[in-house]
Amino acid sequence: MLLLILKRIGLGLITLFIVSLITFVGVEVLPGDACTTYLEREAYGAALDACIKRLGLDIPAYERYLDWASNVIRGDFGYSLSGEMPINEVLGPRVKNSLVLASVSILIGIPLAIVLGIITALWRDKFPDIMISTITIFSMTIPEFISATLLILIVAIWLGWLPGIVIIPSDATFYELLSNIILPVVAISMIMTAHMARMVRSSVIQVMASDYVQMAILKGVPYWKMVFRHVLPNALLPAINVVALTIAWLLGGVVVTEVVFNYPGLGRLVIESISNRDLPVVQALAIILASIYVGINLIADLMTLMLNPRLKSLQIRK
Amino acid sequence: MESNLITEDKQKNKLEKAFEILKTMASKPSGLIGLTIVLFHVILALISPYIAPYDYKAISPNTMLLAPSAEHWFGTDSLGRDVFTRTILGGRTALTVTFFGSLIALLWGGLLGIFCGLVGGKIDDVVMRVVDAFLSIPWILAMLLIVSLLGTSTEVLIPALGFFYGKGIVRVARAATHDVIAKDFIVSARARGHSNMSIIWNEIIPNVRDAILVEGAMRWSWMLLGFSSLSFLGFGVSPPTPDWGLMISNARGLMSFAYWSVIAPIVGLSSLIIGINLTADAFAKALGIDRSTKAPV
Amino acid sequence: MNEIIESVKNLSIGFNSQKGKQISILRNVSTNIKKGETVGIVGESGSGKSTLALAMMGYIKQGLFPLKGECLFKSKDLLKMSSRQLEKIRGRKIAMIPQNAGQALTPNLKIGYQIDEALKLHTDLNKTERDKKISELLNKVRLPSPETMAFRYPHELSGGQQQRVAVAMALAGKPDLLLLDEPTTGLDVTTQAHVLELLRFIAKDTGTSMIYVSHDLGAIAQVSDRIVVMYAGEIVLEGPARKILKEPIHPYTYGLLKSIPKLSLAGLPASMPGSQPQPGSINEGCSFYDRCNLATDNCKKNSPDLEHIKELDTNVRCFNYKELINQNNNLQTSITKKSNNSEANEVLKLKDVSISYAKQKFFDQLLNKISDQNPTVKDINIDIKKGETIALVGESGSGKSTILKSIAGLLKTKDGQIKFENDRILSSDLKMRNPNDLRAIQLIFQNPDESLNPNHTVEQILSQPLKLYFNLSGEELKKNIIDLLKKVRLGEFYMSRYPRQLSGGEKQRVAVARAFAAKPDIILCDEVTSALDVSVQAAVLNLLQQLKEDLGTTYVFVSHDLAVVRAISDRVAVLYQGRLCEIGPSQNVYKFPSHPYTEVLLGAVLEPDPDIKPKLVAEDIVEEKPPEKGCSFQGRCPRKIGDICNLEVPPWQIGENGNAIRCHINIDELASLQQ
Repeated sequence: MLLLILKRIGLGLITLFIVSLITFVGVEVLPGDACTTYLEREAYGAALDACIKRLGLDIPAYERYLDWASNVIRGDFGYSLSGEMPINEVLGPRVKNSLVLASVSILIGIPLAIVLGIITALWRDKFPDIMISTITIFSMTIPEFISATLLILIVAIWLGWLPGIVIIPSDATFYELLSNIILPVVAISMIMTAHMARMVRSSVIQVMASDYVQMAILKGVPYWKMVFRHVLPNALLPAINVVALTIAWLLGGVVVTEVVFNYPGLGRLVIESISNRDLPVVQALAIILASIYVGINLIADLMTLMLNPRLKSLQIRK
Repeated sequence: MESNLITEDKQKNKLEKAFEILKTMASKPSGLIGLTIVLFHVILALISPYIAPYDYKAISPNTMLLAPSAEHWFGTDSLGRDVFTRTILGGRTALTVTFFGSLIALLWGGLLGIFCGLVGGKIDDVVMRVVDAFLSIPWILAMLLIVSLLGTSTEVLIPALGFFYGKGIVRVARAATHDVIAKDFIVSARARGHSNMSIIWNEIIPNVRDAILVEGAMRWSWMLLGFSSLSFLGFGVSPPTPDWGLMISNARGLMSFAYWSVIAPIVGLSSLIIGINLTADAFAKALGIDRSTKAPV
Repeated sequence: MNEIIESVKNLSIGFNSQKGKQISILRNVSTNIKKGETVGIVGESGSGKSTLALAMMGYIKQGLFPLKGECLFKSKDLLKMSSRQLEKIRGRKIAMIPQNAGQALTPNLKIGYQIDEALKLHTDLNKTERDKKISELLNKVRLPSPETMAFRYPHELSGGQQQRVAVAMALAGKPDLLLLDEPTTGLDVTTQAHVLELLRFIAKDTGTSMIYVSHDLGAIAQVSDRIVVMYAGEIVLEGPARKILKEPIHPYTYGLLKSIPKLSLAGLPASMPGSQPQPGSINEGCSFYDRCNLATDNCKKNSPDLEHIKELDTNVRCFNYKELINQNNNLQTSITKKSNNSEANEVLKLKDVSISYAKQKFFDQLLNKISDQNPTVKDINIDIKKGETIALVGESGSGKSTILKSIAGLLKTKDGQIKFENDRILSSDLKMRNPNDLRAIQLIFQNPDESLNPNHTVEQILSQPLKLYFNLSGEELKKNIIDLLKKVRLGEFYMSRYPRQLSGGEKQRVAVARAFAAKPDIILCDEVTSALDVSVQAAVLNLLQQLKEDLGTTYVFVSHDLAVVRAISDRVAVLYQGRLCEIGPSQNVYKFPSHPYTEVLLGAVLEPDPDIKPKLVAEDIVEEKPPEKGCSFQGRCPRKIGDICNLEVPPWQIGENGNAIRCHINIDELASLQQ
C-alpha cells in the first residue's frame, strides 16, 4: 500500500520533470531566444547584452536547464523580464486570487454535480432527468467566454444586479474577492459541473443495473438506504479520477474567464506574459499549472486507493 | 468478375452501413437536430461568400453601430461593417481549421494509441508518460505559446491544434486496442499464423475504429471550443477576417449599447458547437458507445 | 402440508420492441408452490425461467412489465404492492439466493455487515444477539472460522464461499420461501455438489419451500420434489420430479433428457435439431413445432393448452403426448460412435512438458533462464494417436487450457518437448513454426462470441484460413466457403451474416468450420460446448464426431464436464494443479480403481436422475498453487496415507482396467477401497 502511494508520487514527479523538459526545450527550439523575442526591434547592443547576461543565455542550454531546475526546486523561478522583479513576487498574489476563484468553483461545482448526477440517474428518462440533462448538454458545450459574456450582458448590463468587471486590487483580501467573483464562478463551474454530473449519472446508472443492487432490493433494503449504502460508494469511486481530470481541464477555462472579467489571477498573467513575450514567466506558469494538475490527479489516486476495499485488504494482508 | 462482385458487394455493404448509422442517429430528436445544425453550417460555409449582402471588410464611418434594420439585418459593428455578412462568413475559418485539425488529431492519436496498445511493455510505459506530461500542460498555455512565437496562420494552427487534441485520442485508442487484443479471435488469428500486419489490419483496426471515430467527433467540438477561445483572446485568425470568437471579443466592450453585434456571433458559434456535440453523441449511441464517462482531456 | 404459499396465475410479462410491438417473454404461466416443497424450474437460456422467478418476488427487471396475470403470495398480489409493502416481504417472507454471488454481494461492504443488514431489517434482535446470529448463520452454511469471516470483504472469498454467504444472508430473515436462481452455475463440480448438499440439508432442516431455477437438469434432479419445464416463455411440462425425469411425456423434455451426456452411458447423446425461438418470433401454433418429430399439421396452426393428466399428476402442453407415454426406456440410449484404430501412429507427443506462468526476474530474463522451481504445469507426458480424441479433464486451475495453448504455440514451454509427426520437435514459439505446422494444428475456443470477429461476416471469417493456407480467391474461395458451411450444416445464405445475427450454436458451428477450413491434422477444442445450451451442445458434439469420422482428424478436447468427456473421447487424461493424475481409455476411467481425484470428480457429477446421488468425498477447498513437493492432490485427498504423499512424487501404476494411475497407494488396495 505504502509502496503503491510512493509509486504514484514518483510517477507524478516524473511527469513534472518531463513537463519542465518540454517547456524548456520548447522555448529553446522555437525561433528566437527569450531576449530577442522580448526586446523585438530593440534587440541589439547594450540592452541585448544585459538581457542575455541576466538570463544567462551565454552559457550552454543544458547547464542553464540544470541551473533553472535546481532553482525551481528551491522555489525560485528567476526574474521576470517585463516587470523587472522576481517572478515569485509577480506570482504570489495571482496564485492566491486564482486559487480562490478555482476552489470556490470546485466547492460549489462538485457537490452540485454529484446531486444532479444522482437525481438524473435515479429518475432516468423521467422529467427531472430530461430537464437537467438538456441543461447540462448546453452548459457543457458553450465555451466559457460565451457564457461569461452572456452573464455580463444579462446580469450586469441588462439587470444591473452585479458588477460586470471585477475591479479589485491584486492584493485584495479574501472577503473583498468573494463579493466580486460570483459571476466568474458561475461561468467557470458551468462546464465543469455539467461534465461531472453526466459522469456521475452514467456511473450511478451502471451500478443500479448491477447484480448486487438487485440483490439488495430483493433482500428488502429500503430504497434510500440502498442508494446510500450500496449504490453511491460504488458509483462515486470510479468517478473520482474523472472528476480530477475535469478539474484539471478547468484550468484552461479559468484563463479565458479571468480575461473576460478582467480578474487579476494566473490566467490573465498567462495572457499578459505571452503578449509581452516574457518567456521566464511563461515557463514558471507552465510548471505551476502542471503541478496543480499532477497534484489533483495524485489526490484522486490516493483517495481511490483509500476507499477501494480491494486495495484496502491488500494492505491488511501484506 | 466474381471477385469484382464481391468487392462491389462489400462497398454496398459499407455504404449501407453508413446509411444505417445515419438513420439511427436521425431517429432520435437530439440526433436529428444535431445533424441538421451541422449540415446547415456546412452548407452556409460553402455558399456564404456568394450570398453575403455586403463586403465583410468594408469600413464605413457613416454606418457605425446601427441597430438591426431591413438593410442591416443584424445591425452594424463599431467600424460600420454589416454584422449579418460577418456572421454568416464567421464560421468558415473555424470549421476548416478544426475539421482538418481533428483529422490530424485522429490520425496521429489513433495510430500512436494502437501502436502503444499493441507493443505494451516498456515502450508503452514511456510513451504514455510523455503523453501524460503533455496532458498536464494546460492546452491554452501551450497553444498560446506556439501561436505567439510562430504566428497565427492556418498552417500553424491546424497542426498545433491537431497535435494538442490528439493526445487524448492516444489514450482512447490504446485502451480500445488493449481490450481487443485480449479477445479470442485475435488469439485465434495468431495461432493460425497470420502476419502481424494482417492481424492489425483485419482484426484490430475494424474493432477499434468506432471508438476512435467517436473520439474524433468529440475532439472536433472541443477543438472548435478551443479555437474560438484562442480567437477570442486575440490569438486566432487575424483581423479583418470575420471570425465569431474575434467578433465577440471586439464587440464585448460595446455590448451595453450595441448588444446585437455580440449576440449574432454568439448564436452562430454556440449553435455549431451544440450541433457537433449532439451529432457526436448520437454517433456514439448509434455505434453503441457510452461516452459520458469520459473526461474532456 | 398442502397449503399453497405462492401461486402464479396466467402471468404474462413482456417488453415493447423498438418498433413499438409488444413482445412477451413469459406467456400465460400458472403454477402453485406448496409449503415445504422444492420446485425445480428448468429451461434453456431465454426460456423465461429467471423472469418468472423474479416475478415471484414481485420484481420485474427494468424494461419489462407485466402484461396480465398475478403472483399471489399468501393470496396477496405481489405485482400490485407498493415498494414499501414489498420491502416487508422480500428477505423476510421470500428470500433470494442469486446466481453469481461474487457479483451479487456489494463490493464495498463487509460480509458481516451485509448479513447484519438483513437481520436488522427482518428481525427484532439487538446488537449482541445479531452478532451471535451472524456467527450462527455462517456456521450453518459451513464456512470456516465464522468470527473472522464476518470482517472480510466479498472479493476475499472463493466462489463457493461467496455462494455460502449468499445462502446465509437469505436465511437471516427466516423466509417461508427461498428462491434460488442458478445458485451453483459457474462453480467447480466438487464445489457445486457441496453447495447443493448444503441446500438440501437446509430445505430439510428448516422446512422452507424452495424454488430452484436452473438450466441443469442434473442439479434440479438432486433437490426437487416437483419440476416445471419451461420452453420459449411457456410451461410445457409440470409434475413430480421422478415422473418428469424418468417418464417425460413432452417431446421437448424428452429430447432434452436425451441430449444430456450421462456418465453411465458411453456414446454420444442424441441431439435436437434447431434452437429455441426468440421472443417475438412465435406467431401461431406450438412453439416447439419446428424442432419436434411428433409434430402434425394441427401443431402448426394451433397452440396446445396445458392439459392436466390426472393419473400421472402431470400437466403437459402437447397434442401428441400419448405417443411418448410408453417409450420411456429409450431414454437410456445413445448414438454409438466409431472407435478409432488403436494401432494408428502417434501424431503428437508431449514429453516432460512444463509450463510456467510465473513472472521472470529481470536478470533471469536477460540470461534467458526460467527460474521457477514450481511451474504451473509440470511433467506432462502424453502420446496422442492419429484420429483419436483425447480429453484433458480437470477443474479450474488444473492447467488443462494451459497445455492446449502450449501445443498451439501460444505459450512457451519451460521444459520438455512437443513432437509432431515422426518425432519432429515443434518450436514452442509460434513465429518459429513453419506454415504447414501452423495449418496442421487448429484451435476452437470456448466462447464463439469472443472467438469470432464481430466486424466480419461469416464469409470473411471463413475466407481467412483459406486465403492464408491455400491462397484461394474468387470463385474457388466462394465454393470452398459454401462447402465448409455445408459440412457444419449451415446454408449458403449464412455467408453474409455477422456473428451477432447468429445463435450461440450457429456461431460455434462457424468456429468449427473455420478450424476445418485449414484441413488440419489436429484440432484443439477448449471447452467448446460449455457456453452452449444442452440441446445445442449435443448437436455440436455430434457434428464434431461426424467430421472426425469423415476426415480422420485428431482432437485434443479440454473440458471440465466428465459426462461430455465420456461421450466424445477415446482416451481421458485427468489433471490436478497442472499434474497428471490418471490417463487411460475413457470407458475405463469411469471404472474403478481410479486415482482418488478422479474418484472425487466422478462422485461430484450430477446426473439427471433422482436415484443417483453425488458422493462427497473431499472438501471443496480452493488451492491456489500446486504443492512444492510430493503428490499434487495431497491437500484434498480423502485417501491420503501419510508423509510419503507430502514428500514424494507418486509412481505410475497400471490398474486392471488399463489405466495409468499416479498414486502411492497400491493399485489393488485402491481397487478394494473403492469397491
